[in-house]
This record gives sequence, structure tokens and C-alpha cells, in this order.
Amino acid sequence: MVAAPLAAVAFRAGGVRLSTPDLAALRFTLLQAGLSALISVALAVPVAKALARRRFPLRGLLITLMGAPFLLPVIVAVIGLITVFGRSGWVNAGLATLGLPGFSIYGLHGVVIAHVFLNLPLAVRMILQAWVSVPSERFRLAASLGFRPRDIARHIERPMLASVLPGALATVFAICLTSFAVALTLGGGPRATTLELAIYQAIRFEFDLGDAAGLSLIQTGIGAFAALLAWRLASAPGFGAGLDRALPLPAPAGWRRLADAGWLLLAAAFLLLPLLALILRGLPGLAELPPSLWGASLRSVLVALISTLVTVAAGLTLALGVARSRSRRMELNAVLPLAVSGLVLGTGLFLIARPFASPGQLALPVTVLVNAVMALPFVYRLLITDARALEADYGRLAASLDLQGVARLRYLTLPRLARPLGFAAGVAAALSMGDLGVIALFASGQEATLPLLVQQLMGAYRTEAAAAAALVLITLSFGLFWIFDAGGRHVQAR
Amino acid sequence: MFRLDNLVLEQEGFRLSADWQAEPGAKIAVIGPSGAGKSSLLAAIAGFYAPASGRIWLDGRDLTGLPPGERPLSILFQDQNLFPHLTLAQNLGLGIRPDLRLTPPDHVRVAEALERVGLSGFGARKPAQLSGGQASRAALARVLLRARPLLLLDEPFAALGPALKGEMLALLAEVAGETGATVLMVTHEPRDALDFAGQTVLVADGVAAAPVATGPLLADPPPALAAYLGFKT
Repeated sequence: MVAAPLAAVAFRAGGVRLSTPDLAALRFTLLQAGLSALISVALAVPVAKALARRRFPLRGLLITLMGAPFLLPVIVAVIGLITVFGRSGWVNAGLATLGLPGFSIYGLHGVVIAHVFLNLPLAVRMILQAWVSVPSERFRLAASLGFRPRDIARHIERPMLASVLPGALATVFAICLTSFAVALTLGGGPRATTLELAIYQAIRFEFDLGDAAGLSLIQTGIGAFAALLAWRLASAPGFGAGLDRALPLPAPAGWRRLADAGWLLLAAAFLLLPLLALILRGLPGLAELPPSLWGASLRSVLVALISTLVTVAAGLTLALGVARSRSRRMELNAVLPLAVSGLVLGTGLFLIARPFASPGQLALPVTVLVNAVMALPFVYRLLITDARALEADYGRLAASLDLQGVARLRYLTLPRLARPLGFAAGVAAALSMGDLGVIALFASGQEATLPLLVQQLMGAYRTEAAAAAALVLITLSFGLFWIFDAGGRHVQAR
Repeated sequence: MFRLDNLVLEQEGFRLSADWQAEPGAKIAVIGPSGAGKSSLLAAIAGFYAPASGRIWLDGRDLTGLPPGERPLSILFQDQNLFPHLTLAQNLGLGIRPDLRLTPPDHVRVAEALERVGLSGFGARKPAQLSGGQASRAALARVLLRARPLLLLDEPFAALGPALKGEMLALLAEVAGETGATVLMVTHEPRDALDFAGQTVLVADGVAAAPVATGPLLADPPPALAAYLGFKT
């Protein structure tokens, strides 16, 4: 599924030639991804530290919220950020009253702000996971030796950070490298175009498939390198287990207490204000939603449901296969999609199918397929631990009773894996629901999905309607996630 | 007739050979130091891993290449013999048809098997609602339903207290008697071997020896067994 489109792209490219704008796009891509990774991780360290050593009301809720931006449709985040940081947004209004010059969210800093908004929570969770996995005996020993906070930082925290930061940096870098929707809405122009955006423009506006294919190859090369690096360096992101143990040490008081509180407030404000702004902006806009909203919503939900079905079936098959055979090559299948971008896959599929169908007809099927492939690594990661446990606990018993095929699926696999399956399906559905990538490449008005409609409304400067449509989108996304997740937990056998 | 024909098991740093046969209906204890390969021997017979060489025969049929589910045998493990999310009736039903498409007579057989092991009326319960002894009984009831000519037990009652274990061994003897099965039971208790099994296979020093009468073997153990039992020689 990944190889065929790539081959089509490579075949069409027939040699990579870089024009000056292409080189500029390459430079901008690397620059924005590097900056986004550095800033996200640098901000994540004090936030994770404060979360690790303080206990306060709503701490659990804050940690849960940190998981939400992963499922938040990018276009929704962008609208929220524009409401806060945009030309007539809250920040500029504040600056204006102080008589200070305004601030534009478009261009490099806008792209970086959006990426930090989307990836700071991920970085916080990765670092927090490392922080709380330091054995509490280590802290107790430090206390008995009379360590001061500075000594703890030097002997315990810095080595821990040294082991987790490269993975966090590489992960955020890899994600930002293939970011499309952010660059499409906040970047653009010759000085703020990413490779993904350049591919999109080459296909959509210049219809230069050779150029698009060449860019896709470069994108895949860098993306594969960064993704594999991240996969090697990072352990599982950890979707929130075991973060509630008792504090090993009383947290330091004094200015450090104030600093921690400050970091937490800043982070919470940075993450929550755009969402709040979106709600305030979108609610009055609900009345002026265009009638095309309903069709777009229906298409989005259908695309999400079908691609979820495909990706969960594939992920389950892979996870069970790996659990049974411990084959490394099979595991590679599940990881491979991390190395390519959805847009490149879509381009490849488009090149393959172009002789047989028109772009409009292809838009939705290609989107379903690409969304399914792109969600596969996450689905696989969410299932593999439980699939291994299932095989270890009941594999032999099932084999000795000749329990296989449909009967095994029905009486063993589904009941025992319902909870991770529901969660994985929820993640896949929300990711697919919020995806704005391939669909932008092919769709005309008739096949628009909800995220595309939001983007089109934005492009037409109908900001209130865009915010309202974004509200509908976020409600449907989290609704789908919730239904699958709760369903899985309900069915899970005890 | 159950026969191990020049069977050799090999894993990293481990090798075990066996070459013997057992009469139909024989009850055989498998005894020996931990790590000697008792469980591996049972796993190979049940089909969970392939021997390096040699064949496994039962009643003139070569089992060596068959997948576990197609071998004419039942196996009970140390634990996890029941699926915790299925009811007892379903767990037993799997012994008749793995796809659980049971006919009314099948349901009657399940109820009878439960009654036979003293669990009548427990069909709707889940394993978590049972005591350890009751769970063992339920697993034995499924063995009864499957009625295969060979029964392998890998210390299935190790977690039970002495009185309960004696009760289970008695029930096991009845079940084996009713199905006429040849029984191989791994145990680390010489007491169990004496109580239950007429014959004993000693697994030590890379060899699973041919079965010999249990009483004389324990009364005059060879050096490896004496060391395992803790006898001073």
C-alpha cells in the first residue's frame, strides 16, 4: 500500500531537478520544523517538571487535555489561533490599546506558533512519562544525601532528560516536516512555502506532475529519515497510564513554587484560549452556516468510518501476526507509513489511477485509503501490547482447542481486545475526520469534506461561518472518538 | 499405543531426547528437576513446538506435523485453562465445537459433564466466580467432553492445597478411566506420582527415560532422581 504509490511517484519524477523556489521550500521546511521542535521541547521541559512535582486540583484533567490536540483537527486549531493572534485577534487588540505595533500570524512565526500549539502537549506527555518513570527510590536516596534542587537536576533530571529529549525532538520534527494544513493556511507565498505545500501547488495550480513527483521524492527522503530516527529514539508516547503515583519528595517551596505555577498557567492559557476563542467566535456563526455543511459532514463521517474499518482491520491483523510470529519484517509494515506524507501517498495513488478516472471521482476513495494508511502506525502501537498479552495468555489454550478463524475472532480476540480496539478506532476516526490533505488536492466543490469546507470558508473571509463549521467538525470528531472508545470499554470482557 | 520415536528437542543450550512407548490407558507421571525439559516434552507432544528430529505416534497415526488443534489429545496447563470472558457452559462447549454452534443434544452433554464433576447449575457462571478447585473441575469436565485418547497435564493442580489436590487426582483418575485415555502428568511431587500414576518417566540429564513402575523407582532412585528428591547417597 505504501510502496506502490511511491514507485509511481518515482517513475513519474524521472530524476530530481530543483528550481530556486523548490530549494527555498526545502530550506523553509527544515527551518520551520527545526524551530517548532526546539521551541516545543524547550517549553515542554518546565511544564512537564511542574506537572511531575506538583499536585493540585484539576491536574488529571490538565494531563488529559494534553492528549486532546493530537486528535484536534489542525484546521480547527488554526482558526482558534487566528482568533487569538490574528490581525483583529485578542493579542493585537491588546497591543493596539497599549499603542504598540501589530503582529501578523502569517508567515514563519505563524507556522511555528501553530506547530508549537499542536505539538507542545505531545512533548509534555513524552517528557512527563520519563519524569515519573524515574524510580522513587532514586529521589529518596537523593533526599537522604541532602540534595538540593540544583543537585537533583544535575544528577537525576539531566541524565533522564538527555535520554528522552532526542526522541521528543525527532518526533516533533518529523511531524512538522509533513505538516500541510498549517502551511496552507498560515504560510504560503515564496518565503513561507513548505515542500508539502509546493507539491500541492505544483499539482493544483501548475499541473506540473513531474515537479510534484520530484518534490515528493525529496519530501519522502527527509521524512523517512526523520521518522525512522524518531521511531528509534522515542519509546511509546504513553497515552496516560500510571501518572498518579504519590510524590516521592515534597516539592520545593519559595520562588520555585511560583515559577511552576507560572509555567502551568502559561501552558494552560496557550492551549485553552484558542479553543475558547473558537467557541465564542463560532457560536454566533452557527446561524449562517451554508447548506453545503450537511453534505460535507456526511461525507466526512462516512470517510472516517470506512477508513477506520480498514485501518483497524489491518492494524489488528498486523498486531496479531507480529504477536504470534515476532517477525520484525511484519512490524516494519506497520511502521512504514510514518515515513511518508499523506500528500505524497495521495499523489502516487492519483498517478496510478489517473488513466481510469477523473480527479473528482478519485477524491473520496483516495482520501479513505490514505487516511487508513496514515493511521495504521498509531492503531498498531495501541494494539500490539494487548495482542502480545493475549497470545501469551491464551494462544496455546486456543490452539489446543482448535479455536481459529471466525470463531477465534468472535469468542477470543474481539471480547478480550475490545477496549484497545475501541480506543484505536476512536483515534483513527478522529484523525481521519480532521484530516485536510489529499482531499484538498483533488476535490472540487462537490466532494468537499468538512475540514476542506472550513478551509474554503476561511479563504472566502467568512470567518464566523468558518469558526462555526469548525465547531461542528470538532464536535463530530470528538463525538466519534468518544463513541468508539466508550463502546470498546463497554464491550470489554472482564 | 503412544510412541515417541527417537524424538529430539533442541533449543538454545537445551537438548532432550526420548525414545519409548506406553500402553493404551497407561497413567504416567513425568518427574525431574526444574529446567530439565518436562514442560518442553509436553509442549512438543501437544504441537506447540517442532522437534529437531524424530516422530510422535498415537495408535498408528503420525502426529509430528499436525497443528495443535488437530492432534487427538487434550492438554491442561498450570493455569489459564478457561477463558475468563466466557461462561462455563461456553468454555465447555468449545470442547465439542470450537465455533460454539451447539445442538440441543450438545447442550445436554455440557450439562451432564458439569454434573459429572459436581458443578451442576454452574453453566452460566464465569471463571472469576469460581474457586480454584471448581475451575480445575470445569477444565476436567471439558477433557471429559473432548474424550481424546491422550491427555497431557502440566502441573494443573499445583496451586491447590493438598486435600483439594488429592480430590482432583481422584477425579482425574475417574475421567481418564471413563475415556480410556493414556495420561502424561508433569509433577514435582513424588507423592502425586505414587498416588495417581502406575508408571513414571524421569526427565534428567537431557533424556526422558522410558516409563518404569513408580513404586520401585522411588524406593531405589537413580543418582539424578535421588539428587532431585534430596536423598543423601
